[in-house]
Amino acid sequence: MLITETLITALFIFVLAAFVGFEVINKVPPTLHTPLMSGSNAISGITVLGAILASGAKEWNISVILGLVAVVLATINVVSGFLVTDRMLQMFKKKEVKT
Amino acid sequence: MSDFIPTGIHLVYLAATSLFIVGLKKLGSPATARNGNIMAGIGMLLAVLVTLLDQQVLNYQMILLGVVIGTVIGTLAAYKVKMTQMPQMVGLLNGLGGSASALVAVAEFWRLLGESQTIPLDSSISILLDVLIGGVTFSGSVIAFAKLQGIMSGSPITFPLQQLINVSLLASYIFGGFFLLTAPHNLPIFLSMVLVSLVLGIMLVIPIGGGDMPVVISLLNSFSGLAASAAGFVVMNNMLIISGALVGASGLILTEIMCKAMNRSLFSVLFSAFGTSSSSSGNLDVTS
Repeated sequence: MLITETLITALFIFVLAAFVGFEVINKVPPTLHTPLMSGSNAISGITVLGAILASGAKEWNISVILGLVAVVLATINVVSGFLVTDRMLQMFKKKEVKT
Repeated sequence: MSDFIPTGIHLVYLAATSLFIVGLKKLGSPATARNGNIMAGIGMLLAVLVTLLDQQVLNYQMILLGVVIGTVIGTLAAYKVKMTQMPQMVGLLNGLGGSASALVAVAEFWRLLGESQTIPLDSSISILLDVLIGGVTFSGSVIAFAKLQGIMSGSPITFPLQQLINVSLLASYIFGGFFLLTAPHNLPIFLSMVLVSLVLGIMLVIPIGGGDMPVVISLLNSFSGLAASAAGFVVMNNMLIISGALVGASGLILTEIMCKAMNRSLFSVLFSAFGTSSSSSGNLDVTS
């Protein structure tokens, strides 16, 4: 068999999740464009899980080193992404209070 | 006891995915946006913590060290960046995510090469897709960052035969891909394909002008989601596939919304530097 059953299941999950992604975003006010982009960018840092799994082996080799570099990069993406989004959204709140 | 751990991991993944979906939904409305962001953050924390319990993860000390280093750098960067620099900051973070996804693919390719003579077809297809999307996201984001930060000129860079070169780069990637599917033990070909993906990312972003940059960053955000999803296919992890697809799709919709707000189409943003449409869109660029 050319394509395994696992891959088919994974494709189903991918397509269904993509439909959810399409549906979840609608009528976003322009001020929220950048925070929404930044928030979803932080979510895409989920690739840190892949990095953790790729660098899981006990012995040192190129795969583990590449995986660990990916762990650091993806963690920066995640942490910075959520914090920066929160900073932006905090700013909106202060503005609303003032006016 | 140890039988419970894999089931537990999957159940926590399910909870984390739900938090991501609800969080994204809430991020779209001003009153709930901050809560939405916090919910997504909690989902991420849960997902990372349970992944460390995976039986595949043996050297968790080194991984924890990596997470700590990333957290420190990420926190410092998030508080040092100025509010006016937000678009390029998001661009740079996109690039980090994309490069991490591509590195996962390269690491997995290396591991599979060491283990056996042949690489299963579905693994190699996922790896090649991940390298392409991740590589394009990385180098494209770096260029977008450089343009917005003023490190390089923000105006479109075009030269003769640019699109022909882009098409042939993509064609050479696909050709190299088919070659690797039949003969995976060819490291020079694999590495040059990594290089081609990076060049493609640069070529995609250099012809785009400063005012259109936020749209491009949004598109690259969508790409970084797709790259994460591709990494999910590489390591066969549902959490990655779902979250990546969520970001990929919602990022695409957001890109579309941003284009509409500027009265442009995505096509004209990406290709207006070429050919005739540049004159008609020129005046809009100034106002945006």
